[in-house]
Amino acid sequence: MMPMKLNVLAERLALTHICGELDKDASGVYTGDLLSWVMSHVEAGDVWITIMSNINVTAVASLTEAACVILAECVQPDEETIQAAKEKNVTIFSDPRSAYQLCCCLGAILSDG
Amino acid sequence: MTDAGINFHFDVDGEDFSSAGAASVEVKKNLRQLGFPPDVIRKVAIAMYEGEINMVIHANGGTADVFVLPDEITMVLRDQGPGIADVSLAMQEGFSTARDNIRSLGFGAGMGLPNMKKYTDAMEIETELGKGTKIVMRVKI
Repeated sequence: MMPMKLNVLAERLALTHICGELDKDASGVYTGDLLSWVMSHVEAGDVWITIMSNINVTAVASLTEAACVILAECVQPDEETIQAAKEKNVTIFSDPRSAYQLCCCLGAILSDG
Repeated sequence: MTDAGINFHFDVDGEDFSSAGAASVEVKKNLRQLGFPPDVIRKVAIAMYEGEINMVIHANGGTADVFVLPDEITMVLRDQGPGIADVSLAMQEGFSTARDNIRSLGFGAGMGLPNMKKYTDAMEIETELGKGTKIVMRVKI
């Protein structure tokens, strides 16, 4: 899978940028909502797709060094989560598509480069 | 780093889910500054985070001490919570006693203790019902 900068990825998928740096490489994709499960399976550089938007998502994303979090199905983070994400340098996007649809789109563009 | 190592101490607030993970994030930052390899840092950060979360969910908080030596990192987690009734059951993936309000936050997958064991080279649990739990985890460099 070819790494892709988040700014390129965000533009190609038309993601809504909530917060965080865009100059990071995404190299894989993981989806899941149970934080301990995600914690042990997401790889550094992964785009993590979830419908969880509470502040603990930022800790998991930061500790695992996920490239970014995409909140599927229009889920929006609260202000506390956004603030924590900024402090931990976690990049968050939101998007109307489902986790499945996002996985398909990401799989296609990350495979093609 | 000297042979005597570097120690970190954290108080884990049992009331505050929003700050859960703060100690793990801090440890990760410190280990990175000390130049430890990324795979070691990841193992310590995951094990430590799960321990922190467990203390918040089940034990109303506790303390975490991290002892950093050039060849080994030891994490000692202590709480005065209810203790673990059946350690072997608690070690099974998927077993959880977390309440529904905790599950709604994305916790309670029953992966906490299994992850702590999986990501460390050694883990010892001392627990007594009604008194609390002490967990020692070691990661070799």
